[in-house]
Amino acid sequence: MNAGEEITLRVWRGDAAAGRLVDYRVRTAEGMVVLDALRAIQATQAPDLAMRWNCKAGKCGSCSAEVNGHPRLTCMTRLTEVAGEGNPLTVAPMRAFPVVKDLVTDVSWNYEKAKEIPPFSPAPRDPDGRRRMYQHEVERVQEFRKCIECFLCQDVCHVIRDHPENKPKFAGPRFFVLLAAYEMHPLDTANRVEQIRQDAGIGFCNITKCCTEVCPEGIHITDNAIIPLKERVVDQHYDPVLWLWRKLTGRGKTSAATPPPSR
Amino acid sequence: MMADTGAALPAATLRRDPWWLEILPTIALLGGFTLYALYVIFVNNHYYAEPYLSPFYSPCLAAQCQHLTLPLVGRWWTLSPALLVLWAPLGFRATCYYYRKAYYRAFFWAPPACAVRDLPKAYAGETRFPFLFQNVHRYFFYLAVIVVLFLWWDALLAFRFPQGVGVGVGTLVMLANILLLSAYTFSCHSCRHVCGGHVDAFSRAGLRHRLWEAVSRLNERHGAVAWASMISVALTDLYIRLVAMGVLHDIRIL
Ligand code: SF4
Ligand code: SF4
Ligand code: FES
Ligand code: FES
Repeated sequence: MNAGEEITLRVWRGDAAAGRLVDYRVRTAEGMVVLDALRAIQATQAPDLAMRWNCKAGKCGSCSAEVNGHPRLTCMTRLTEVAGEGNPLTVAPMRAFPVVKDLVTDVSWNYEKAKEIPPFSPAPRDPDGRRRMYQHEVERVQEFRKCIECFLCQDVCHVIRDHPENKPKFAGPRFFVLLAAYEMHPLDTANRVEQIRQDAGIGFCNITKCCTEVCPEGIHITDNAIIPLKERVVDQHYDPVLWLWRKLTGRGKTSAATPPPSR
Repeated sequence: MMADTGAALPAATLRRDPWWLEILPTIALLGGFTLYALYVIFVNNHYYAEPYLSPFYSPCLAAQCQHLTLPLVGRWWTLSPALLVLWAPLGFRATCYYYRKAYYRAFFWAPPACAVRDLPKAYAGETRFPFLFQNVHRYFFYLAVIVVLFLWWDALLAFRFPQGVGVGVGTLVMLANILLLSAYTFSCHSCRHVCGGHVDAFSRAGLRHRLWEAVSRLNERHGAVAWASMISVALTDLYIRLVAMGVLHDIRIL
């Protein structure tokens, strides 16, 4: 693809009831991203084309869509990156969430899931009124704080994408990242393992790593969040030696899980 | 609203890249390795060519072994001695987090590739039998460590020729193999967890923090060494087998 060339964008148009893919011709320019092409369509051919965007810098997480079937941030996807896959280029809304209109989806399921997670619960302050932690012990959770809540990982996760009946029982990769950020925090005191297993349904994840593949922030969701959480669930539920150890010594016992915040 | 589905799109995927290419190497390698392992177990022969013992038959515990490591099982065991031990390292691989990803994609098609629709209609992941069983992976890790120690012993014995200490091509093959197997075993996610991943406040667990950091670095390559060590186990056996059969002549280097 060269700048100035015309390409075809096949954009999904419709609402919750029905929709179809519609072709638009766009003249490309140097360094153009998919979001630019969509805005060009909106400006010249389809003023009613609905889409979300804000920062155009890969930081607000609002322009998520599926480009040639790949969940991506449209503002960070250069046409030259995907042009090799052939003409036309398809742009569709995230498949795991209900469509509001065109490329805009209703991601409120994620907000419901977020409400179920007990907030950060730090230990009491030291006698001098401060809280202390060391850089080397928070390093591990700092990666998780890069999340921009684009929900691309939620969208690609087959547990809900292909089996929406699991939505009530499964929190999805984004929230395993959040749970890991709290659970592994040196100062957090909440007991989250029970919640991770039961309400967040970590057992549904079969660690096939698509969430990691699509994360625009490059968070190692599976290796650094989900698998370590699965191992913590094993500690409490599937390790007979640790179970015996807890019975005999009374150490490492799970107290009752911290309840989700009341609404 | 909670269980609503998304846009009605015409196909199982809108991906146009050849996504199915990703699963072909997995099918070929895992399928090929399984067939080769079955063959090696059931021929029950040509697994020892002095001083080399095939990793499929190590530690060799039955009285009928061509090279006995430890005489734990008597003459009554008439099946292949590989069956006594091999379930542990194979179970370790079968429940490995990395292989799980590989075979859930390639053989169960759940999902076949990212953003490509699952083949199975119903899905419970690892919440139920049989996949709930994957949670025992940690115990396979402990067993695998024991097997790795025996394979180090075998690698040392591979320097001991009838005429004295020496190095053959087979010695180097066995050494490369045990290095790869050690890298695979100690880069395991369960190893990472038991070494220090379970700790929240590293400031109160300095040694575990250092261990965790070291294992974490290895762990980044876990997928690559999973394949490399699997291939090297098969090739090590093949080399020893061909020497034992007289097809190949082991060249002495030193
Ligand atoms: S690794 Fe788990 S959470 Fe991530 S996409 Fe796959 S099934 Fe979903
Ligand atoms: S974890 Fe990554 S993919 Fe998921 S919402 Fe956060 S930034 Fe997006
Ligand atoms: S517009 Fe903000 S991330 Fe794309
Ligand atoms: S061996 Fe792969 S995760 Fe343990």
